[in-house]
Amino acid sequence: MIEATGLTKSYGSKTAVYNLNFRVQPGKVTGFLGPNGAGKSTTMRMILGLDAPTNGSVTIGGHQYHQLPNAPRLVGALLDANAKHGGRSARAHLLCLAQLSGIPARRVDEVLDVVGLTQVARKRSKGFSLGMGQRLGIAAALLGDPQVLLFDEPVNGLDPEGIRWVRELMRRLASEGRTVFVSSHLMSEMAQTADHLIVIGRGQLMADLPVRAFIEQNSTGFARVRTPDGDEAGREKLVRALAEAGGQVLAEPEGTLKVTGVELPRISELAHAADVRLWELSPHHASLEEAYMRMTQGAVDYRSSDDQRSGLQAPPQQVPGGWQQPAGPQGGYAPPPLGGYGAPPPAHAAPPHPPHASHQAAAPYRPEDAR
Amino acid sequence: MTTPPPPQHVPQHVPSQQAPPQQAPGQQPFPPQAPPQVPGQRQQEWQGQAPAGGSSLPMVRTHLGHALVSEWTKIRTVRSTVWTLALTVLLTVGIGLIFAAALSTDDYVGMPLLAGGFFGLMFGQLCVISLGVLVITSEYGTGMIRTTLTASPRRSRVLVAKALVFFALSFTVTLASTGLTALIHSSMLSDQTVPAYEYDNPDMEGSIENGEIVATTGHWVDATLGASLYVALLGLLALAVGTLLRHSAGAISTMLGVVLVPLIAALFMAGESLRDLRDALIEYSPLNGLASMFRIPMVGEPGSGWTMLGLLAGVTAAATIAALARLTTTDV
Repeated sequence: MIEATGLTKSYGSKTAVYNLNFRVQPGKVTGFLGPNGAGKSTTMRMILGLDAPTNGSVTIGGHQYHQLPNAPRLVGALLDANAKHGGRSARAHLLCLAQLSGIPARRVDEVLDVVGLTQVARKRSKGFSLGMGQRLGIAAALLGDPQVLLFDEPVNGLDPEGIRWVRELMRRLASEGRTVFVSSHLMSEMAQTADHLIVIGRGQLMADLPVRAFIEQNSTGFARVRTPDGDEAGREKLVRALAEAGGQVLAEPEGTLKVTGVELPRISELAHAADVRLWELSPHHASLEEAYMRMTQGAVDYRSSDDQRSGLQAPPQQVPGGWQQPAGPQGGYAPPPLGGYGAPPPAHAAPPHPPHASHQAAAPYRPEDAR
Repeated sequence: MTTPPPPQHVPQHVPSQQAPPQQAPGQQPFPPQAPPQVPGQRQQEWQGQAPAGGSSLPMVRTHLGHALVSEWTKIRTVRSTVWTLALTVLLTVGIGLIFAAALSTDDYVGMPLLAGGFFGLMFGQLCVISLGVLVITSEYGTGMIRTTLTASPRRSRVLVAKALVFFALSFTVTLASTGLTALIHSSMLSDQTVPAYEYDNPDMEGSIENGEIVATTGHWVDATLGASLYVALLGLLALAVGTLLRHSAGAISTMLGVVLVPLIAALFMAGESLRDLRDALIEYSPLNGLASMFRIPMVGEPGSGWTMLGLLAGVTAAATIAALARLTTTDV
């Protein structure tokens, strides 16, 4: 079991990880989810004693990593597929790691077989593809037949067959009663592999819950509504009616409307009352990826923006897209707000906006602000 | 992946097979294991989290011996080791051979019998220094250091093992090179007749017997054992500098500076006022220490090689302590 208590890591004035508290239980695959730069790798390095926490502590089975008498026999880790000397053969790389903890050489051949690298065992790892490098890293993690396994982005660079293999391997390791802690920035991957989720953003805990609970809480439905093309007035009218009825409306780039908070029959009635024809009215479920992005929206460090091309081209046509708040007077199409859409965060999630991120747009967007 | 437990595997904790049954917190958390040679008798001491499977791998308390074996595997499985050490032998013996062949006449060549070995070793030592740096900085450059320190959280043990393995290897290779060079020189140059005016030259003390040039046992020890220790220590200093700087090019440049700059700087110090500084720079430059081992010091007594070796050992020890401190206290 891995247990973090008040785990904090600062680099100068930048806080990479702030006051993390979590437990990773044995017998489960625990997904460690967060956007790039959220502090996943830093946390993993602190678990493995590579980085010293600024504050708090993290233990494995009640002991700090450096106190373990034979760490690789108890904890296996894949941190970075490139963390090896490229001039050394796969077998020599594993052999020197095995010798460091008194693991017999026959185990090296076993794990090479497990990850399917036996044929290239004597080739220098410099020529390995990213996927082969991942396999070698996983082999190193499995060397000591450890009870606790940490994988940092293990499916990076793997082909679909390799991804399925990693997924099955992690599930099998967990079913043998081991503690499996896997980081990823892909919700969809974790939904298929993990039993439990720990979500962090900007170094803070955002959620710590079973995958099933996450799915139930976040796959709320919405309705997609399409009004006749070119009928801008009718669309405006419908948006206003829906807003007055307490619905939240998002204008999608394709010209459709995404409506939450109003049941499908009620939408139909409202449209009829407003004398607006509908070309489409369909029920949908939000994907887990969307739910996850909503959760971490305020916590993304690196956000891309549209390429304005500095006037090199004709300005792109303004794509309508924005929120219509229930109280909103009219269909103000404005850029989507941050953290304003959809179901509230899970009750036991930490506040989604860390103190050092307060400059981020935290409050739901209100059209009045745009004036 | 996990094999089923062998029949004799006992999943429960059996105190009679374990030395200390329970320890106070803060002490060593895991009792030493039963003899590791008996697979299956291993006790799972993992907070009662022993899995259904269990493992037949031995569970040993790791020690320096494991790290030494591992570092030996590491150093012999990369090409940079082969290249640098082959070049060390080639430069030391090759230049020594050319030197001896060029001077191989009955005429006096103007220096002690084994002194010519210095010129080859002067270049050979640069390869040993490069290897010393690369042994540690290649781990930082590739990220291997994180894998290594994950597998061995006792960081000082890793550095000590690296230092011992590298020192032993580079000393052995340098000793073979200097030994071979000394044999070549004594066989090809021992026919010289020393002119009478050299009899009072302090540098030639002990080198002249019945008007012929000879090498005493002390000369042999200095030119082989002493010179090899000196070069291996320089390599060890390079390893410490590499650990401190964590960067191949930076550390190699620094070491080249340490070896060459004092002499080069002294070259340009003209004038009486700078004379003392100039002499001190030359006397304490690493190259002068090595030259003293071959009894051709630029400044100072011909027998001062071992004093310089002691000085170098002190500097190396200090740098190694600093390297240990940096390795054990900073993030990687």
